[in-house]
Amino acid sequence: MFAWTGKILRVNLTKGTVTAEPLNKEYAEKYIGARGLGTKYFVEEVDAKVDPLSPENKIIFMTGPLTGTFAGSAGRYNVVTKGLLNGTIAASNSGGTFGPELKYAGWDGIIFEGQSPEPVYLSIYNDKAELLPAGELWGQDVFSTTDALKAKDEEAKVACIGPAGENLVKFACVVNEYHRAAGRSGVGAVMGSKKLKAIVVRGTGGIKVENPQAFLEAAKDARQKLKEHPVTGEGLAAYGTNVLVNILNEHGGLPVKNFSEAAVFPNADKISGEYQAEKYLVRNKGCFGCSIGCGRVTDIAKGPFKSSGEGPEYEATWTFGANLAIDDFEAICKANFLCNELGMDPITLGGTIACAVEMVDKGIIPRSVADLRWGDGAMLVEMTRKTAYRQGFGDELAEGSYRLAEKYGYPEFSMTAKKQEMPAYDPRGQQGIGLNYATSNRGGCHVRGYLTSPEVLGIPEKVDPDATEGKPALLKLFQDLTALVDAAGLCLFITFANGLPEISAQLRTATGLDLSDDEFLAAGERIWNMERLFNLRAGFSKADDTLPPRLLNEPMKDGPHKGRVVQLDVMLPEYYQLRGWDEDGIPTAERLTELGLD
Amino acid sequence: MSKVLFVEPEKCTGCRSCELICSFTHAGEFNPLKSRISIVAFEKTGFSFPAVCQQCSVAACMEVCPVKAISVDPETGAKIVNHNICLRCKMCTIACPFGATFYDADQDVIMKCDLCGGDPECVKYCPTAAISYREAKIANFSKRRETAEKFREVMEEGR
Repeated sequence: MFAWTGKILRVNLTKGTVTAEPLNKEYAEKYIGARGLGTKYFVEEVDAKVDPLSPENKIIFMTGPLTGTFAGSAGRYNVVTKGLLNGTIAASNSGGTFGPELKYAGWDGIIFEGQSPEPVYLSIYNDKAELLPAGELWGQDVFSTTDALKAKDEEAKVACIGPAGENLVKFACVVNEYHRAAGRSGVGAVMGSKKLKAIVVRGTGGIKVENPQAFLEAAKDARQKLKEHPVTGEGLAAYGTNVLVNILNEHGGLPVKNFSEAAVFPNADKISGEYQAEKYLVRNKGCFGCSIGCGRVTDIAKGPFKSSGEGPEYEATWTFGANLAIDDFEAICKANFLCNELGMDPITLGGTIACAVEMVDKGIIPRSVADLRWGDGAMLVEMTRKTAYRQGFGDELAEGSYRLAEKYGYPEFSMTAKKQEMPAYDPRGQQGIGLNYATSNRGGCHVRGYLTSPEVLGIPEKVDPDATEGKPALLKLFQDLTALVDAAGLCLFITFANGLPEISAQLRTATGLDLSDDEFLAAGERIWNMERLFNLRAGFSKADDTLPPRLLNEPMKDGPHKGRVVQLDVMLPEYYQLRGWDEDGIPTAERLTELGLD
Repeated sequence: MSKVLFVEPEKCTGCRSCELICSFTHAGEFNPLKSRISIVAFEKTGFSFPAVCQQCSVAACMEVCPVKAISVDPETGAKIVNHNICLRCKMCTIACPFGATFYDADQDVIMKCDLCGGDPECVKYCPTAAISYREAKIANFSKRRETAEKFREVMEEGR
């Protein structure tokens, strides 16, 4: 095989066995890799009703065929499991070098099954893979764990969980190379439940592509377009993802105080990418093979929040900033770095704290239980630590906002879709993003169908953010294309500058798959429907394709989108229809046959 | 030697695109271990250092070679290994102070940067120009000016 390594590592944690098996070629041809291929293995092997914390749940690390090649920005891998936070299919994506290193070691992916009686880690050196005791690592944070596992070989790459994963925090993540994370859906807690602390990998092999010269031309073309585009060549390179703070604020779409106020944060300029670059930036950082280099190394040299690390990215800056009415960039950084160190998803953490502050503010949670206030950076840092260790009120925050709000009798204050916290875009200012949150296969999430690109940034072309017309069709295209991008092992950010022709050309010449552009896009649609079918089997239904009542009923209080709510009822039926689903959101037999999913 | 590969580590984002294009150009596959340029990464602090043959004028690799298998390309000044003469004794890999000359066990050859015959591929794909190919005589002039610019800003702001 070309591009794929053709080998999968299967690790049974209950029995302590590690075995190699050939990659299922049929799966690879239909589901490509990473999110698609990992999910295909998962849905074939695991019952959708499985308890995420039980030994019967599996957790799969999967790369794509382009991962580790010269394709533009191809450094990604996915972690696939049934997520702990909300029980949907979870495919959590991360960059850095871990994915490419796994391929250089000769593996497309790793399937972990069962549950280890004692803490273990998986060590891989090319074709030699073994489970080793991790007793001394258990309890240590991400940084200490990574340091310890790299002590023998500085060039090795480590992906691990921190205390949050061990303590089954519902939104714990998997962190690779200290600062990069498969962040969402609680995949780190599933790893923790299996007593799997880390994977350390070193590979000395290479990846060959089917048509080297044609692939090189396709990759050069994709890279040239990334270089020339104002977002991927300039904006993201200059200010990282935080370039979005001022843009979304001006748009009137930067959610404030748990989405309870107008989505305009008065002090946005104090948490912006421009401010970060001027005051705290050490250097820019890129994932493997990426010319964009959106990563930031940031240093807070002194004061109560003295710290340094990678980030914060836009989502973390918003969730710890505007969403909590905090304008202290140093506190935001400290909380972000702690999330990396302790292994937690900032989006859900910030969303959960914001939900708690609102309930305290409204007298629902007594101040004797948690004395939380808006705009309090020290509180944020304290709660971040307490959540990872489940100390005091942190134990309640560790459950995520939905369970927290439900416990106190007011689930409507949880700003979640399918019980996963929504990211940094108020959907009342972007109708398409509202439909995306409601229909995303893992709940509140921006990287399933990023309609912010056309609705706010005007890429590939500007559409009216307040209009509902045309949004279902546009969203379907974005969701399917994104699934293909994720499956290929590419970074979603390429889609600002690269479209289906560039992505397909690289995939075709690397793998030798003789598919048209449309057939590659159909693979994305196939992946989307496979995820949908899993969620339906898991018990989700049309009733879950919705948003918190606040976004459907409470008009935006001020700003450019004053008076707007999300008109979900206008868009959802058309979306189902375009997807070839019946009025209950269930894929029809005809569509499944067309997609080869019957 | 008219031109040199000029490396500015402070500009490097650690993306390793240079390694990918180098290994592909020289070995036909994507494999950092077959790249003549290597990014030495300090993951925790995010610092990255591009390590590559400096084409030394007094080249330890050449001097230590018992069979004079390394010669100077008259066009580019690159130190080139003649694999027909080379014993694979690996003395050059030990002698190189940068670890930039090394041995590939798969193909049983000594590997080092050959400047791609005067048109280095790595330079073309470095997104931040952390690697450039410059006239040797004036290679670091830009650094002088950058430093001077900072000095000028401080002095002029102070007035």
